[in-house]
Amino acid sequence: MEIFGIPIQAFLGQLLLGLVNGSFYAMLSLGLAVIFGLLGIVNFAHGALYMIGAYVAWIGLEKFGINYWASLLVAPLVVGAIGVVIERTLLKQLYKVDPIYGLLLTFGLALIAEGVFRDQFGVSGQSYSVPEALSGATNLGFMVLPNYRAWVVFASIVVCLGTWFLIERTRLGAYLRAGTENPALVQAFGVNVPVMVMLTYGAGAGLAALAGVLAAPVIQITPLMGSNLIIVVFAVVVIGGMGSILGSILTGLALGLVEGLTKVFYPEASSIVVFVIMAIVLMIRPAGLFGKEK
Amino acid sequence: MSSSTAASSSPDLARDTSAELARYSRWALYAGLAVLLAAPFVGLYPVFMMTALCFAIFACAFNLLLGFTGLLSFGHAAYLGAAAYVTGWLVKQAHLPPELGVLAGTAVAGLCGLVIGLIAIRRQGIYFAMVTLAMAQMIYFVFLQAPFTGGEDGLQGVPRGKLFGLLPLEDDRVLYYVVLAVFVAVFLFVIRIVHSPYGQVLKAIRENEPRAISLGYDVDRYKLLAFVLSTTLAGLAGSLKTVVVGFATLSDAHWSLSGEVVLMTLLGGMGTFAGPVIGAFTIIGLQNFLADRVGSWINVIIGAIFVVCVVAFRRGFVGELRAWQQRRRGR
Repeated sequence: MEIFGIPIQAFLGQLLLGLVNGSFYAMLSLGLAVIFGLLGIVNFAHGALYMIGAYVAWIGLEKFGINYWASLLVAPLVVGAIGVVIERTLLKQLYKVDPIYGLLLTFGLALIAEGVFRDQFGVSGQSYSVPEALSGATNLGFMVLPNYRAWVVFASIVVCLGTWFLIERTRLGAYLRAGTENPALVQAFGVNVPVMVMLTYGAGAGLAALAGVLAAPVIQITPLMGSNLIIVVFAVVVIGGMGSILGSILTGLALGLVEGLTKVFYPEASSIVVFVIMAIVLMIRPAGLFGKEK
Repeated sequence: MSSSTAASSSPDLARDTSAELARYSRWALYAGLAVLLAAPFVGLYPVFMMTALCFAIFACAFNLLLGFTGLLSFGHAAYLGAAAYVTGWLVKQAHLPPELGVLAGTAVAGLCGLVIGLIAIRRQGIYFAMVTLAMAQMIYFVFLQAPFTGGEDGLQGVPRGKLFGLLPLEDDRVLYYVVLAVFVAVFLFVIRIVHSPYGQVLKAIRENEPRAISLGYDVDRYKLLAFVLSTTLAGLAGSLKTVVVGFATLSDAHWSLSGEVVLMTLLGGMGTFAGPVIGAFTIIGLQNFLADRVGSWINVIIGAIFVVCVVAFRRGFVGELRAWQQRRRGR
């Protein structure tokens, strides 16, 4: 069976791969959006935190025998703690100045993290084997579905929707949204805003690390994996607009799919298609697909 | 002067201080120029000095945008890289003389700046930075795959040739003075721009964009022109760099270089004339000095300088010096 002259198995395989990438875009852009909303900082270090998440999982398995399932919990906690320290010691000092300094500071942090991991592990990739329960593939009749990839898409959608629920439907989320609108007023109502800000950055960092652990078995773990991804995620964020949580999830998944489709039909353009879409969206709807016009 | 300090009404003092500052900075500029003119004769490695001067041009171009217009472009390496490739290809494959190669490279960078600028100025502030970064990454991927760039290897062995068919650029000293002349011209050009009525409008946009709009200025056009000017000069730096070192590679267009030029400007002092030059020499010097000694820790060091600058040293060398002098005079 073929679609547009391409075997359907290869076609669906690329689509699934695109969806897997899209899941990472969604999780990372979600974290970026939440951090930006409350802290007003564009977190360039997000890619580095994702990279550290993957390395924590890898080191955990190699050195301490921590298995994949435990890593899903351990890595976000470790990286979240790193995030809390970064927020308390460095970011805290920048809330009164122009937001570009936040970008520059986190850019510096990303360089530091990359350099340290490069020194320790070199530039060649490490591989992380797929956990046994998820290895192999399921034959669906029309395609062979690799179990782990299906799990990545499923898990990240659950995590994204969970985050959406937490922010849009719970009391804690209401505080968070109120803090985004007017931190001084929320503080006056007796909410400890600085702690909330700290935990938000920690949670965003943890989310990036979780994406890193999920990614570890499907990619080569290298010190540069984060920075290469984060620039695409920036484009995703610009396309979606940072206004809406569901918007950034949808944009992330959709762009992953588009990238997968491009790989099928015109592979040379697959690395630039997201940027081209960003340029088009900026010309038509500068605030982004889900952003609010000022 | 003594009378005005004793019974100082404050405007007098201010005028006094700024006159003195202007005098200091003029002498500092002359001293700097003297050092640069004498450099080949005091044993400074000429290729290093030329590379540093190229990056100084790059940082000055970037500063025109960040320091004087308040726009943070996070993708300036793309323009430097585009010009570097175009010049390298034209001089090596099409056997054009160096001056035409540099001219064409610079023009292409300006053209890229025009197209990307049109897209990027549709967003403000932090989004502007993200858009420019993303567009630069797109250019990077194009270079990675385009047939004429030599992929991962880059364009190697670009000949220096003869300037106007006369001056043999193979001679390091001759090329050094050519590069220095271009650098001085760019430096003066940036000062001229900033002090022109156009430059004053740019400053107004930096300080308060809504007010500039309500005063009737077509802000987008001013910003676009500043962006094109800046990317063109960045291209000039890239073209010259190719002539100097004889190659153009992917690292010329990589995002890490876009970050480095921000750091040069920030470290030296953004919104000052000499700051980016001092910053460029510091960073290039540091990289040269440390490259063999620390290996991959160089990125850690650059990152750490970034963090320290942002947290504790936002005015940069020149800005801090100026503030210190003003404090001293104010007492």
